[in-house]
Amino acid sequence: MTRMVISRLGGLATTLLLASVAIFGSLYLAPGSPEDVLFGTRQPSPAARAAVEHQLHLDQPLPVRYWDWLTGVLHGNLGTSMVTQQSVASRVGSGLGTTATLVLIAVLFVVVFGIALGAVAALRPGAVDAAAGAVTSVTVTIPPFVASTVLITVFAVRLGWFPSSGIGTGFGGRIHGLILPACALAIMNCGFLARVTRNALLDQLGREHVQTAVARGLPRAIVLRDHVLRNALPPISTAAALLTSGMFASTLIVETAFGVPGIGQLTITSVAQKDFPVVQAVSLLLVAAFVVCNALSDLLQALIDPRLRSTSGRMA
Amino acid sequence: MRIHILGRIARARASLGPAGTVAAVFLLLVLLMAVLAPLVAPQDPNLQSLLDAYSGPSGAHLLGTDGLGRDIASRLVYGSRTSLLGPTLVVAVALGVGVPLALLAAWYGGWVNAVVARVFDLVYALPGLLLAVLAVALFGPGLMPAVVALSIAYIPFLARIVLAAARQQRVSPYVDALAVQGFGVVRITVRHILRNIGPVVLGQAAIAFGYALLDLASLSYLGLAVQAPTADWGVMVSDSNALLQGYWLPVLAPGVLIVCCVLSLTVLGARISGERPQPYLRTRRRARTTARTQPAAVDQNGAAA
Amino acid sequence: MSADTRALLEIENLTVRLADPAADDAPKPLLEGISLSLAPGEALGLVGESGSGKSMTIRAATRLLPPRASVEGAIRFEGTDVTRMSGPALRAYRDTGVGMVFQDPRAHINPTRRIGAFLTEALVRNRGVGRREATARAAAVLGEVGIDDPARRLRQYPHELSGGMLQRVMIASVLLAEPRLILADEPTTALDVTIQSEVVGILDRLRRDRGIGMVFITHDLDLALAVCGRVAVMYAGRIVELRDAKDLHERAAHPYTLGLLGSRPSIDVRSARLTAIPGRPRGAFESGPGCAFADRCAHAQDVCRTTPPEPVRFRDGDVRCHLLDQIHSVPTAAREGGAA
Repeated sequence: MTRMVISRLGGLATTLLLASVAIFGSLYLAPGSPEDVLFGTRQPSPAARAAVEHQLHLDQPLPVRYWDWLTGVLHGNLGTSMVTQQSVASRVGSGLGTTATLVLIAVLFVVVFGIALGAVAALRPGAVDAAAGAVTSVTVTIPPFVASTVLITVFAVRLGWFPSSGIGTGFGGRIHGLILPACALAIMNCGFLARVTRNALLDQLGREHVQTAVARGLPRAIVLRDHVLRNALPPISTAAALLTSGMFASTLIVETAFGVPGIGQLTITSVAQKDFPVVQAVSLLLVAAFVVCNALSDLLQALIDPRLRSTSGRMA
Repeated sequence: MRIHILGRIARARASLGPAGTVAAVFLLLVLLMAVLAPLVAPQDPNLQSLLDAYSGPSGAHLLGTDGLGRDIASRLVYGSRTSLLGPTLVVAVALGVGVPLALLAAWYGGWVNAVVARVFDLVYALPGLLLAVLAVALFGPGLMPAVVALSIAYIPFLARIVLAAARQQRVSPYVDALAVQGFGVVRITVRHILRNIGPVVLGQAAIAFGYALLDLASLSYLGLAVQAPTADWGVMVSDSNALLQGYWLPVLAPGVLIVCCVLSLTVLGARISGERPQPYLRTRRRARTTARTQPAAVDQNGAAA
Repeated sequence: MSADTRALLEIENLTVRLADPAADDAPKPLLEGISLSLAPGEALGLVGESGSGKSMTIRAATRLLPPRASVEGAIRFEGTDVTRMSGPALRAYRDTGVGMVFQDPRAHINPTRRIGAFLTEALVRNRGVGRREATARAAAVLGEVGIDDPARRLRQYPHELSGGMLQRVMIASVLLAEPRLILADEPTTALDVTIQSEVVGILDRLRRDRGIGMVFITHDLDLALAVCGRVAVMYAGRIVELRDAKDLHERAAHPYTLGLLGSRPSIDVRSARLTAIPGRPRGAFESGPGCAFADRCAHAQDVCRTTPPEPVRFRDGDVRCHLLDQIHSVPTAAREGGAA
């Protein structure tokens, strides 16, 4: 188990490093050099241009700049925004908590409603299962941006229960403002998780070991909890972790739609402004969230299924 | 001849089932709408008429108008062009790159397979949406950067399934039998393996099309892909002014259309890739050549899709 | 076949049909007119080819049939009709009345939980025995079925144990519940040959020591004769012959039983050639209006194909065959007919 965790962490670090090289490299090889963004439409004198290039270390070769940036990141220095001159760390930091809270609420919705819907479908074959199947088929095709518009129309504009844009202040206000965005994130993923849950439960319900449990006279609730649900957890938790990582990417859309000041919205505005240091930091953060979620799903699986623990090679 | 066509339609209906048939007909109508847009659209999608802004559905404007007085129905019709063009390109590129790579890896196995599979896994781990946003950061907003980025992101989505299905075929006895008979790699791969896993590839491509449509519409919604004055479903949904003023039709109509398209594509994709009534698939396959009788492999591919 | 008050398990005229959701036609029969009874402490063998309904019979006895199955007839355990048991009564019956040993222990034991959890679960959940007490009992029973170092085994997972070891664990789990009846469904088929005899030996010894009744399912006629006092031979969902095990070699009467006896390899008679029963095994749903064995029977006549034979008393056994008197008119000829 320990060996597996270590090898998994190693793989995680490698992926992040590769992603950082790719992101850093591609942004600086892009057409339109960063200093052009600073000067805008003005025509700088060669001296002024050289001064700026020196200040931004643009006169140094790419690997050196990458190394400087990487050591900076490891020391918590993400650079300076080219647009606002604030430190990137402070800009990202203020949005990170909001985005994390948003995704957390959405995950909660997805897990509760997704598993409930899938369980109902699996345990009530026939009409209920068919109805749940129809619901999930539709929900998995409702993208966050369409869900956002519907939710804003109904709950913000018509009913006025929630703000249509921005989030409130204080803990309660923030949570209140994040409910609708979280719903928009959750709808599609609820459908996915319900589908996975249903199939995983049906698979286990047909297994011989469940028959053994029934034949021993165990109460139905115990059979369902300790044998069916427990054994169906690996695929369900994998799916949940993957969906969570996908939701980090979808915050780009939902935060823009609802005007939530998180890193998703920050990404979109900095991309529009070509604020490269911010784009770098934020996209690396999103990739990190994505990769960590994937690694977590593997670890969760190994925790639940003892057979995966002894074969660490397969998990690496 | 007519009877022949009717027979084919009846067989297709039988294999697609009621839901699949409805989905196929709907998609066909949308496709016709895109191709025949100038004939179908009631008026110019970009014709502004500020006096008619936010008018409700009427004889003149079937679905009403938006904030600039443009006819929503016409914008929906023309919007289907850009909205379908993007995903078509994405799926074409992803198939064009991914399928040959997957077949290559499946045929040679060993380290080729290991490397290709590892690269697929790496790319698969990156969210397509983020990749597209980065591409826009590099090349500026527009449909092409978004399409290129999404094409890369969708390669593993298609190729992983193809690779798994093709590997299953590769190790089945009929392939060895063909190789022993002296057939070449290309011939066996294209004429036998690819044709056998055809339904899986096609089904997965339909599903990929649906999700590429979603992703591109999302990007257009963010203002990163198709740009504002152009009629496009994603762009139309981004009209938050209309929404906040309580006019939901200009925004929700394209949204509903997107959902219907993606729903149809996923339903159709699932049916094509193997959830259809099996006997139809098997008997036709058996009838063609005895060497290709691998119904079990086809079943499993279908389940994997 | 009248209701016997002393019987542990009594099955009377049991018929099971399975509805096929894909087809509209009438439900297919899986079992037809099964009748048998088992006294406390007695061992009864159910022998037959795959698909003959052996497993279905004991699954019906524990109400483990698929939900689409419909059941007619009576299954009485200690006088109580199992088919009419309500939830709590059914659970109590499954808990303390009857224990099942399944064919494939690796599939039938939850792979994600420790052996200890598997063994103690029923005690803890059904009877409120404390965890410590349950674990102590489990360790003791593991010793009884011949597993060394029980404390370590209890902490292990199923995938860390061999198949034979797991089957012992399965038997231990049944013993822990202290049932009056054990239903063993091909308990040795999935095991290595060398392990088979050990497992059968354990089951046999425990049955004798504790006076537990047992229904032992196998396709191996010799095994059934060795373990059981009486043997029921099943074919296509029916019991075609039911008689004492010690009589079966000498006095078997049904052509199918004779065929089974003739088709097994013998180490006593080297010269004798093995004879296969022609044709393939049939399920109950495939049989026509008459005797299910008629298609494969060398003696079959018109009556066999039109009228299903009822069980008749013959040579102190129950046999379903129209032609007993003809086949067995000369005792020596009958034996040759079976072996030819």
